Parts: sequence; C-alpha cells; structure tokens
Amino acid sequence: MGQALLARRMKKKRIIAETGAGQHGVATAMACAALGMEAEVYMGHKDTVRQKLNVFRMNMLGSKVNPVRSGSMTLKDAINEAIRDWITNVGDTYYLLGSAVGPHPYPVMVRDFQSVIGREIKSQMRKINRSLDSVIACVGGGSNAIGTFYPLAGTDAEIIGVEAAGRGLGSGLHSATLSAGSTGVLHGMMTYLLQDGEGQIAETHSISAGLDYPGVGPEHSYLKEKGRVKYHSATDAEAVDAFLLLTRTEGIIPALESAHAVAEAAKVAGRRKRSESVVVTLSGRGDKDVEVVQNYLDGNVKD
Amino acid sequence: MSRIKRKFAELADGNQKALIAYIMSGYPDEKATVAAVSGLVRGGADIIELGFPFSDPLADGPVIQNAGTASLERGAKTGRFFAMVKKIRRQTDTPLVLMTYTNILYQKGYPEFIAEAKESGIDGVILPDMPVEESAEYLRSARGMVDTIFLASPNTAKARIREIAGASSGFLYLVAVYGTTGVRAGVKDYTIRAIRRTKRHAGGSVPVGVGFGVSTPGDVRRYVRAGADAVIVGSAFLRLVESTPRGRLEAEVASFTRSLKKETVLGSVKLTGSDSKC
Repeated sequence: MGQALLARRMKKKRIIAETGAGQHGVATAMACAALGMEAEVYMGHKDTVRQKLNVFRMNMLGSKVNPVRSGSMTLKDAINEAIRDWITNVGDTYYLLGSAVGPHPYPVMVRDFQSVIGREIKSQMRKINRSLDSVIACVGGGSNAIGTFYPLAGTDAEIIGVEAAGRGLGSGLHSATLSAGSTGVLHGMMTYLLQDGEGQIAETHSISAGLDYPGVGPEHSYLKEKGRVKYHSATDAEAVDAFLLLTRTEGIIPALESAHAVAEAAKVAGRRKRSESVVVTLSGRGDKDVEVVQNYLDGNVKD
Repeated sequence: MSRIKRKFAELADGNQKALIAYIMSGYPDEKATVAAVSGLVRGGADIIELGFPFSDPLADGPVIQNAGTASLERGAKTGRFFAMVKKIRRQTDTPLVLMTYTNILYQKGYPEFIAEAKESGIDGVILPDMPVEESAEYLRSARGMVDTIFLASPNTAKARIREIAGASSGFLYLVAVYGTTGVRAGVKDYTIRAIRRTKRHAGGSVPVGVGFGVSTPGDVRRYVRAGADAVIVGSAFLRLVESTPRGRLEAEVASFTRSLKKETVLGSVKLTGSDSKC
C-alpha cells in the first residue's frame, strides 16, 4: 500500500509487480483496486499452477496475471520479466517490487514499509510486559523477515531467519541462499546467490513458491556477515509437518513459507524455558497451500 | 591506442561511421559463430560484439534470450568462449567486444577475467547491468587492458551522461529505445533527440554508438544522420543466423552486413559490395 501511494504521487498510471506465492500479487491487486489503478502481475508459470487460488484472487480484483515461461518459471523469472516491462514502460509505469531485493532503493524501501511487523512485535511485547528472547521469520527474498528483524536488531533478542532447504541442502534441490550460496550480482544487487562456478544462476526448489528464489535481500547478507542474525533452514518435509502442527494445535493454517519459520520455532521452543518468549512471524495464510499439502501427503509431488 | 580507438580514428579519416554487429556466441553452435563472424568481417562490420550467455539476461528481448538459453544448454563456458575468440582473432584484426553480465566477470574475479579476455583477443567489454556508481573495481582491473563500454538511455540525466562518458572508453553505448534488445519497426523521434543530447553531454570525449531495436539499413541511415558515431545491430543478425542454412550462412551474413555498412559511409559514396574490409 505504501508503494502504491508513492506511485500515485509520482503520477504513474500503471502498476506492475512480481509475485511468487501470489501474496504480494494479491496485495498489489487490492491496493490498485482501492486506488483505481491498473495492475499487471508477473508470476512464474509453475507458481500460477501451484498457487492458482491466488491467481483467481488477483483476477477477481481486476488485475491481469502474466504467466512467465522463461528459465525456471518461478519468482526469479517473474522478477526478470517485471524488470523488462519496467524498462520498456518506465514513463507511465511503477514497478511495485514486493521483496526486499532488487536495485536501490527497493531493499531499503520495502524494509521500511515492512518494518511495521517488528514495531508491532515490540509494542505488543511491551503491552504484555514480556521480554523478547527469540524472533523467527522465513526468508525467501526476505521482506517479512527484514521487516521483522530491522526494528529488533538493536535489542538483545536472538534473531533467526529460516530458508527453504527443499529436499535437503545436500540434494542441490533447495533455495537456501544464505546457508549454501556465495556472493554475486543479480537483479541490480550484490548479495548471496545460488550459482555455479561460472556465475550462472542456479535453479532452485522449494515446496513453497514464495521461498523458491536463488537470491536474497542484500541486507540479510549484511546481517549474516555481521553475525547479528542466524540463518537456518527447514526442508519441505519439516515445513509440511510444521504446517500441520500449527493447524492442529492452534487452529491457524499458516502459509507454507511461514511454516518454515514455525518448524524452526518448534526446535527453539524445545531449548527455551517456559518463562522465555519466542515470536514467529506468520507472513501469510495457508488456504492457498491446502492443495499443495494434500498432494504432498498423497505422494503426488511432481517436482 | 586500443584497437577500437584506432578503428574510430581510421573511420573518421575515411569519412565513415562505424557499423557494429552483435551475435550470441555458441548459437546455434560454435561453428556457426565462427562462420557468422567471417561473414561480418567480409561484409565490412567495423567492430564485432560477441555475446556470452547469462542465465538471467535482464536487458535482452526474446531473440537474444532464446539464443543465450540455447548456447547455455549446449554447455557454454567462459574457457571455451575464450578459446573460440583466440581462433577468431587469428583470422581478423577487427575489434572484438564481449557483451555479457556483471556476475560472469565477478565470479572469476575482475582482474582474472579481464586478463584472460585480453589474452584471447577481446578489446572491450559491455556489461548492461554494471552501474557506473559501482564500477570502481571493474574499471581499475580494465585500465590499460580492455575498453569499458557503459550504457546510457534516452532518460539518463545530463550529469550522469557525463559520468558515464568519463568511465567509458572505446565508445559509449546509447540504448536507442525504452526497453530490451530486439527488432522493432521504425525510428522514434525521442531516440534522435537522445543521440544529440548524449553527444552534446559526452562532449566528444568518446564516440557514441546507438543500439537496441536497430535492424534495417534505413534505421542505420537515420541514426547516422542524427549524429551517431556508431550503429549497433544485433537481433536482426541472430534472426538471420536462425533462418539461414549452414552452407550459406557466411555469404548471407556478409551480404546483410554490406547493406547496413553502406549507410555508414558519409557523403553519398556507395560501397558496391566489395570485400574491402576483409
């Protein structure tokens, strides 16, 4: 919404966005519906299939969804296409980038808008008069995580980002950029990337479309190197278990992306005392993922 | 003096502008690239740009994207690319420019990559995703080794054009249109204005080449008339490579090159298909 208002102030008529799981696409579509702006969303073809509920939502909200069939047909390729559209229509179009990635000032701007999460955590903890001992968020591009971490970086809390380990870090089929990647340049930023020795960007895998990205917001790379944030990972199987755990114990169906953070939270809670508190950012809701989880449990996963 | 600089000086003496041709290396295979380069040389291309593929070519439209993907699928590697450039370098003295993306150089290390490029016969490098603000390390590694060709667009601000011109050697690459590489119909008025503006603010420190969407002799003529020092044609050559049987590739490329080259010769002197640039 912040960026949509900015676009209106810049007198741009058209908004474009990329989306992985579709959450950012839906949010953009909502903002544009509310402000009466035209919206077009780029989404990897593979993601339009596994997150088709969100495609339908975007269409209902009056946005056009452009499936992207190049490369790995996921978030990375959606960003490529959105950037190509942007450089073609820069006069009247605003690129509403959803993650804390891309060229400056996007990583900083997205962080600042998402920082509402960390500020809210701080204020709620103050209200219930509890100290914050651990805070956990999932990291794909890393927007919900940086929005969670940034206002809390100055506190004593342990901060953990959770990446998608897919089928396992040793399998080559994962999206754990900070855990297994190396520095490089992509999408106008220098950051950790999953790539081969020649600098070609690797294909990634995660059960969750929103984490299926070979790069990561550059500020996360900084926080990793500075040692302020620990970056762990959860596999597809751990994420699905956590998805079911939260659903059955709390009645909350989390997005598969957020379920990676829940998996880590269960581990952290095991070593924490009852008096200590662990906060998990639930960055999205899981109704969009019910079919993916069902297929996974039925053993029908194709990729 | 670099090969590129010398070429521009020679052309100025002959009252000509430069025709720069781009092809994607290794597409559809290495033999085709070598044959196409021979055709470009025979047809009179003044400078040849060789693309090296990157998995995520943000500045490229579908034609160059597909060519890059195909080249990668055939196993394109920088080592093989340099070996091919050496082969080409033995056959021609035409300046050769590498066009690729920053991460390819960054992975090997700028000094290491540039040393290898220079040794193979590369004279200049174009990196569409290298912002001049972040280029200090790259420029240090390239100084005295290869020319560094930066890009400006029709909406680049005056002060930034000066900065880009200051960092550029060989030539400055003016992106003709808003958008990615690829064949487009016609010439935009804003491009003509951008050529004049860029020339003015670059202040003669470096030649200005115009590329993206340039595909016909008519396009070349209009850009040369607007004051471009060089005109760059890419996707149109790749289309020709795609549609021409192997046996006729060199001759067809030479003939198309000739039709473009003659538009860069000022003062109505027409080249009559001689292979004078061989």
